Amino acid sequence: MSILSARDLSIGYDGRTILSNIDFKIHSGDYFCIVGENGSGKSTLMKTILGLQPAISGEIVFGDGLNKSQIGYLPQQTDLQKDFPASVYEIVLSGCQSHLGKHFFYSKAQKKTALMNMEKMGISHLKNRCFRELSGGQKQRVLLSRALCATTRVLLLDEPVAGLDPTMTADMYQLIKELNDDGMTIIMISHDIANISIYANRIFDINKAEIKTITTGGTCYVG
Amino acid sequence: MLDKLIMYLQYPFVKYAIIVGVLIALCSSLLGVTLVLKRYSYIGDGLSHVAFGALAIATVCDLTNKMILVLPLTIVSAILLLRNGTNAKVKGDAQLAMLSVSALAFGYMLMNLFPSSSNITGDVCTTLFGSTSILTLTAQEVWISIVLSVFVVTIFILFYNRIFAITFDEGFAKAVGTNVKFYNLLIATVIAIIIVLAMKLVGSLLISALVIFPAISAMSILKNFKSVVIFSAISSVLCALIGILVSILAGTPVGSTIVVFDAFLFLLCYIIGRVRSLA
Ligand SMILES: Nc1ncnc2c1ncn2[C@@H]1O[C@H](COP(=O)(O)OP(=O)(O)OP(=O)(O)O)[C@@H](O)[C@H]1O
Ligand SMILES: [Mg+2]
Repeated sequence: MSILSARDLSIGYDGRTILSNIDFKIHSGDYFCIVGENGSGKSTLMKTILGLQPAISGEIVFGDGLNKSQIGYLPQQTDLQKDFPASVYEIVLSGCQSHLGKHFFYSKAQKKTALMNMEKMGISHLKNRCFRELSGGQKQRVLLSRALCATTRVLLLDEPVAGLDPTMTADMYQLIKELNDDGMTIIMISHDIANISIYANRIFDINKAEIKTITTGGTCYVG
Repeated sequence: MLDKLIMYLQYPFVKYAIIVGVLIALCSSLLGVTLVLKRYSYIGDGLSHVAFGALAIATVCDLTNKMILVLPLTIVSAILLLRNGTNAKVKGDAQLAMLSVSALAFGYMLMNLFPSSSNITGDVCTTLFGSTSILTLTAQEVWISIVLSVFVVTIFILFYNRIFAITFDEGFAKAVGTNVKFYNLLIATVIAIIIVLAMKLVGSLLISALVIFPAISAMSILKNFKSVVIFSAISSVLCALIGILVSILAGTPVGSTIVVFDAFLFLLCYIIGRVRSLA
């Protein structure tokens, strides 16, 4: 049973198609990577999956009882406002918004989750700092912590290691792998072919519209 | 001077003015932060002109309770304008400007065609600058203001976390399943209520100042959302209080006096922020 699939999907803006005939099925527990050149439409595909951008035709289907409150999302950084007065903690905690349910305020457990995820990303010491005054890599970690607060089943990451230093990059891959080993489905956009061919089990090349399935033996076949 | 103040405070109309003024200042500053950050600050201006037009219609129709017409019309316009969510776009900008000036022109024309009193210029001036109308509040109007303000503040506190979330990153909020459409609608409704309330206090031309100044004052010296909200609420209430008292003592127009204090506070905060960032 696939957790998420695209059926004959066309994506684009204002009726102008960027990519068409997209078909894929993502299974629960997959480590699914999307690759392609700059401007090829990877971020657009991810936004379409999330319902932020209407599909031109075709559809995205959630399966296996998946709903949006089980999803975490890391947008590509260019999408954010630059002068917003918000502390790191406020932003990370807002990742829990989809778990508020019928409550108005965050519970103690949710606040603890936020602190824990900041710890994981090594940004606990930045807790009360203003987001707009952080470095690019620090901002990335804040938004990753927020995504971790939101997700319980699927994590969508748009270039998660862009702007991270080598140590943090390695930590990041390790962390994502651990999440994936625990059953989290990962959908990731990346240009870092070297690393994703180690970790991903399926790689979707957006231009060739084909999926490489990588078996543990390292042999690849088109599937 | 203190004696004079104490004497004035005995009058019910002065008490009413203070109660309503403080409440309006509080409400407008709370939502002001969201409006400024979502790049909606110009909305306040446009809506207030719509409210002016609606008020003109209500006056011409000789409605005893003008709110019945003004409030729904303003809410509908707010929803139409903010319906698309996402941050301000050029197209929406032009639409708003058109709506706003047409409402203004239409309202003024109506008031001239069907004068409800002999002093049209005075009437129009009052609606635009709120000159003395805050001092002519009836007990019923005060109660309406109190009820609406309590509604606005309650909504803001209860939905504080969601309002923060969709103000900071609407895309993320939508992606994780927050009902962004509903909250944008709620924000639009609340803003319309505030505009209609604030028209009494400062008149339709000065409403933007009430919405924007406290927020940008706070934003120029503070760095997290909660403190920005709290600071703008407190500073807005203080400016309104001082403004009303000064205007009563000095005989200046209420609305403009409040706005002058707001502007002054902004200047102060801006300088402090500048100096701190240089140091
Ligand atoms: N909001 C928008 N409106 C119209 N066109 C857009 C919009 N955003 C992106 N595009 C166009 O859509 C195409 C795909 O953009 P997209 O952001 O999906 O690329 P990408 O594959 O993520 O690239 P990168 O590797 O640089 O992140 C580009 O040609 C871009 O110019
Ligand atoms: Mg991209």
